[in-house]
Amino acid sequence: MTRKKNQTTTRVQGVELDFISEDKLATMTAIEKIRFILDEVRSSKILVLERGLTPEEEAKLIELTMIEITPDGFSGIEIESYPTKQNTSIFGKIFGKNTTRTRLTVIGPADKLKTIKKDRDMITAIVTKQ
Amino acid sequence: MPIKLFSWIKKLFKKKRMARIGIYGPPNAGKTTLANRIVRDWTGDAVGPVSHIPHETRRARRREDITIEANGRTITLDIVDTPGLATKIDFHDFMRYGLEEDEAKRRAKEATEGVIEAVKWLEDLDGVILVMDATEDPFTQVNVTVIGNMEARHLPMLIAANKIDLPEASPTRIRSAFPQHTLVPISALEGENIETLYDEIANRFG
Repeated sequence: MTRKKNQTTTRVQGVELDFISEDKLATMTAIEKIRFILDEVRSSKILVLERGLTPEEEAKLIELTMIEITPDGFSGIEIESYPTKQNTSIFGKIFGKNTTRTRLTVIGPADKLKTIKKDRDMITAIVTKQ
Repeated sequence: MPIKLFSWIKKLFKKKRMARIGIYGPPNAGKTTLANRIVRDWTGDAVGPVSHIPHETRRARRREDITIEANGRTITLDIVDTPGLATKIDFHDFMRYGLEEDEAKRRAKEATEGVIEAVKWLEDLDGVILVMDATEDPFTQVNVTVIGNMEARHLPMLIAANKIDLPEASPTRIRSAFPQHTLVPISALEGENIETLYDEIANRFG
């Protein structure tokens, strides 16, 4: 009993950051991506997506996040990405291919990730352990 | 009888410029103040109450048949005043405005439902007026998401850089953040530059 009391933990304390490749997300459907993101964020992880979500997927993520918010539980997400870029290639326009290019995105639990400043080229955020 | 018939045929073939326009933006950007201004200016009525506490509008409100005459054009709009978009809602934030815990929790719950409603409305619109608080950082994720959705759907959009009556307002900061979109600096509260906004509404959505 005494021994247990005096035991010191050697576990590294901190917040887990997962860097998700474009390829991993590319294999998922929209709803799979959103479910994956929400499950990871709800388990207190911060995700850095190499390529973010499409605007429609972002809207869906906001919608599902709202459904999962509970008082004294999950209060939502902090998400930051750079504005999407439009592909201006002539071939894309001629063949009507999707011309929206998504960009790096950071997503985390709202109580752990806070954006300090954001502009066109830089996102500054802090991570708190709580 | 022939006159009635003529009038009916005329109505049938008359090109009616009509559009359903959503007023979007983060909480407290002045969406309802702008909706009230537009509706009051053209019908003498109002849309809903405003408050300094975020998420005052928690249900989308639609006003139909608002006819705007500007820039030599006439356009009839359905105006949808949407709840403020957000990615997080914590009831503790409402308690800082003096709300009791139960009331704050109720407001938070209704606010989450309001955000869902606002997102769903995106699919049923012909265009958007995105209201941004010109005293705040324009690169919020909500702004980025709304703009991205309008661009992806190839729908017209107009940015209203609101609150220019405040000394710290900087519409230029918004213009440099989103240079590809038409921007009108306004004060929805004071009515400043509102005629220019009507001109642009007629141009963009007419």
